[in-house]
Amino acid sequence: MAMAVLRRLGQTLFVLFGISVLVFLVFFATPGADPTARIAGRNASPQTIARVRVEYGFDRPLPVQYVRMMEKLFVTRDLTSYVNRGELVVPEVFQAAPVTVSLVTGAALIWVLASVAMGTLAAALRGTWVDRGLMMLGLVGISIPVFWLGQVANLLTQSRYHDSWLFSWVPGLGYVPFTQDPLGWFRALVIPWVTLAVLFVGIYSRVLRADLVAVRGEDFMRTARAKGLSPARVLLFHGLRTSMMTFVSLFGLDFAQLVGGGALLTEVVFGLQGVGRLTYQALGNLDLPLIMATVMYSAVFVVIANAVVDMLYLLLDPRVRDGRA
Amino acid sequence: MDADAPPLLAVRDLTIALPVGGRMVTIVDSVSFTLGAREILGIVGESGSGKSMTALALMGLIDAPGARITGSARFKGRELVGLPQRAFRTLRGREIAMIFQDPMTAFTPVYTVGWQIDEQIRAHGRVTRKDARVRTIRLLGDMGVPDPARVADRYPHQLSGGLRQRAMIAMALSCNPSLLIADEPTTALDVTVQAQILDLLRRLRREYGSSVLLITHDMGVVAETCDRTMVLYSGTIAERGPTGAVFARPGHPYTAALLDSIPPLHGARPARLPSIPGSPPAPADRPAGCPFAPRCGYAHDACAVRPPLLPRGVQDIACVLPAEGRDLPARCVSA
Amino acid sequence: MTAPLIEAQSLRMEYRVGRGQVLRALDGVSLAVRPGEVLGLVGESGCGKSTLGRCLLRLARPTAGRVIFDGTDITALPERTLRPLRQGMQMVFQDSYASLNPRRRIGELIAEPLRVHRDGQGRRRTAGDIAARLAELLDLVGLPQAALARYPHEFSGGQRQRINIARALALSPRLVVADEPVSALDVSIQAQIVNLFMDLRDRLGLTYVFVAHDLAVVRQISTRVAVMYLGAIVELGDADTVLHSPAHPYTAALIAAVPEPVVSPDGDRAPPLRGDVPSPIAPPPGCRFHTRCPIAQDRCRTDPPVLRDPGDGRQVACHFPLESSA
Ligand SMILES: Nc1ncnc2c1ncn2[C@@H]1O[C@H](COP(=O)(O)OP(=O)(O)OP(=O)(O)O)[C@@H](O)[C@H]1O
Ligand code: SF4
Ligand code: SF4
Ligand SMILES: [Mg+2]
Repeated sequence: MAMAVLRRLGQTLFVLFGISVLVFLVFFATPGADPTARIAGRNASPQTIARVRVEYGFDRPLPVQYVRMMEKLFVTRDLTSYVNRGELVVPEVFQAAPVTVSLVTGAALIWVLASVAMGTLAAALRGTWVDRGLMMLGLVGISIPVFWLGQVANLLTQSRYHDSWLFSWVPGLGYVPFTQDPLGWFRALVIPWVTLAVLFVGIYSRVLRADLVAVRGEDFMRTARAKGLSPARVLLFHGLRTSMMTFVSLFGLDFAQLVGGGALLTEVVFGLQGVGRLTYQALGNLDLPLIMATVMYSAVFVVIANAVVDMLYLLLDPRVRDGRA
Repeated sequence: MDADAPPLLAVRDLTIALPVGGRMVTIVDSVSFTLGAREILGIVGESGSGKSMTALALMGLIDAPGARITGSARFKGRELVGLPQRAFRTLRGREIAMIFQDPMTAFTPVYTVGWQIDEQIRAHGRVTRKDARVRTIRLLGDMGVPDPARVADRYPHQLSGGLRQRAMIAMALSCNPSLLIADEPTTALDVTVQAQILDLLRRLRREYGSSVLLITHDMGVVAETCDRTMVLYSGTIAERGPTGAVFARPGHPYTAALLDSIPPLHGARPARLPSIPGSPPAPADRPAGCPFAPRCGYAHDACAVRPPLLPRGVQDIACVLPAEGRDLPARCVSA
Repeated sequence: MTAPLIEAQSLRMEYRVGRGQVLRALDGVSLAVRPGEVLGLVGESGCGKSTLGRCLLRLARPTAGRVIFDGTDITALPERTLRPLRQGMQMVFQDSYASLNPRRRIGELIAEPLRVHRDGQGRRRTAGDIAARLAELLDLVGLPQAALARYPHEFSGGQRQRINIARALALSPRLVVADEPVSALDVSIQAQIVNLFMDLRDRLGLTYVFVAHDLAVVRQISTRVAVMYLGAIVELGDADTVLHSPAHPYTAALIAAVPEPVVSPDGDRAPPLRGDVPSPIAPPPGCRFHTRCPIAQDRCRTDPPVLRDPGDGRQVACHFPLESSA
């Protein structure tokens, strides 16, 4: 087991290295485009260009440039955005990250709990109107655009009914750091959480229900019933526990891509200065250092999330642990 | 055995129908049998003959939507047909236990076998985790599992087929059921391991006093293990009786043909194996008269009416031949 | 004596099973099958029967050793050179359904090898040639001509196995390797298919390697028998000799373990062997059967026995072969 974890860790580091090289090559070694000019920004003075060239070592061979870049990203953390008047890039990402992580983690908690409850209930009452109702609800959740849902939520809670007893507790748009005011943090995020979760509740509850229904036909489910266990125990301990695999791998991917910047729309609607927005702005301004930093940041998240999913697999399924499945 | 005491299980006219393509199809048709205390009854038949369905009905495990089960199955005086699921739950695992064909897929893959046996023990009584484990380990040991404490901590896929099936039997016996239903318990196992498991099943009756309903397609397994035998063909009983009599003097042409078609392991090799032409009818296409008629070498006009199950000596036979005074020849038995 | 049609020389087959472990499915297997013979391969699950069958047809490439088909060493032949030879050797599998594409008609399925391969003169077969051959094949395996237009799911297991046999015979092979071809069938159907195999052999002069775990079926059809245990042959010889008076304790146990459809008056039989087959990843040292052998001695635990002739023409891998009882 320890060996498997270590090996996975090694793989993770290797993949991260690969991604960083790839991203570097894409942005800085594309033939026919001078990265110096792009970093310095449009209409940069010759002095700025000269400084950039020396700073990034663009007059030196590629490997040196790569090392310089990584150094600036991870060690000295003084990667500077020239487009954005000399703003330091790494701290900017580090400021945006907690916002996104707060948003996505809260939403994830909601969508996992809600979809497990809905999926399990629907599977238990398969074929009844409860099942059909829940699955219909899930479908609605999948088809509502996040952006629209966020706008409506804002309309209701920020303006139309803001002064009613129902929504008077809702603060204005924007983020409140947890360390400053935990309650405020919660109040500021609860509506974005729900908004972001809706789509995933829909997808996950339907996936889980399908898996649970499929697992019902398995031999071990029949054995569990033949043992005289209660239907709830059969469903939860034998059915749900064995159908979690698809759920977990799906979750790892979704969580990672959201934290890596995929929650852009939700961030925009609710005025949250998160990683998604940052990436979006960087792309809009062609702010190369910032793009490099955000891309690296999301790569780190996706790769780590994948590693965590694999470890969860090891934990969840003894057959994977023995390398049999 | 006390002839007057009511049998442990008395099944009368058990009929199971399932909706197939919008129409009810009778899968098991008026099956009746009794099972006494400490008795091993073999149910043999080819695939699709309704063996498993009969067993699942006795366990209340048929949950195909629209299934219709009629007739009667009295277990210790209690009617099982129509019994609500809640009541079935207290019987299952405690009074009637079941083991299945493939011990690999019949265990939940993500728990240790010990955990799964503990679970059954604790489902039927107030037992602490620790006491349950003590009992689990003792049961595994009784079933001939070497180093039972270690085996209890292993996952199903880490055990060999034979050990898995022993663990499955240990689990089935954990609450001392009076009836054990074994559905093809050795089909997935190698012959040398099969011999061990059959030996174990025979021992259960002596040591646990259990009655066993052994479902199999293998005539050899029945001959070696069962006191009485019931032969099913296409959802109906072809013949039933004491195993010795059925094998020495099969009264139904199907039983006789089935026995003949098994290649012998000793003596002369036949140039050709006697075989039964065709294949069994699907339940929906069962002929109105004797279901075996399309394949039977003795079929004649009288077979156009479904022959009732009538006693002939110690056996009961669903064929017109005995009544016509044309008994089948005895088999030459060589062992 | 005629030259063997197919011959295996010291075949070894290893599979990597993760974590650097190696599973040796075949460990030095040698045998020869002469034209017209039926070699039965028996043994418990995982002993390497199917792997051997696949190596013989070069459907798998052995790790070491040689396979010689009709005088040609085919062990390392590239697929292109092998193709014309493949017409002469075919395989029939256990699962009659899985080996037939469910979306194609029986006619197309059986005709496929005829379309792919050229005929004896190196010409493509015409539609007329193929139709005539199809009719002939259906007759041969006892299926109605109407079967050609139907789909696999419309047939019962026994009929599907007939279809598979017809397809295997399409190119008039000389060697057929059948891997558990009747194991998934009901007894009454099994007898039909065993008879069909025997008829075809007589009519077409085929040579079979017949893999099965059912000793009675193997005895019925085989002229010679090879008994395998954990990747090696432990006894090889004339079917009647081996099955009537086994010399290897494992063969004897296999025979004793078969439940026979006869009620014996002398009560219950004790199981002939204790325990399970050990894992092929870590086979026992010495004689690989010593962990279960009822007559194992000290020597068996360290000294691996080799196949040798105890004096009656068969080969046995045992230090203390059983005396013939006949
Ligand atoms: N849910 C179902 N819907 C329709 N038909 C079914 C269903 N379950 C079983 N059957 C049919 O019932 C018949 C009897 O099935 P059963 O499983 O009892 O046979 P069996 O004798 O145990 O066969 P095997 O040896 O293959 O297990 C078969 O024809 C089968 O196709
Ligand atoms: S009733 Fe007729 S068809 Fe049926 S088994 Fe008897 S002789 Fe054969
Ligand atoms: S060599 Fe020894 S252990 Fe092996 S089969 Fe012979 S007697 Fe048994
Ligand atoms: Mg069955």
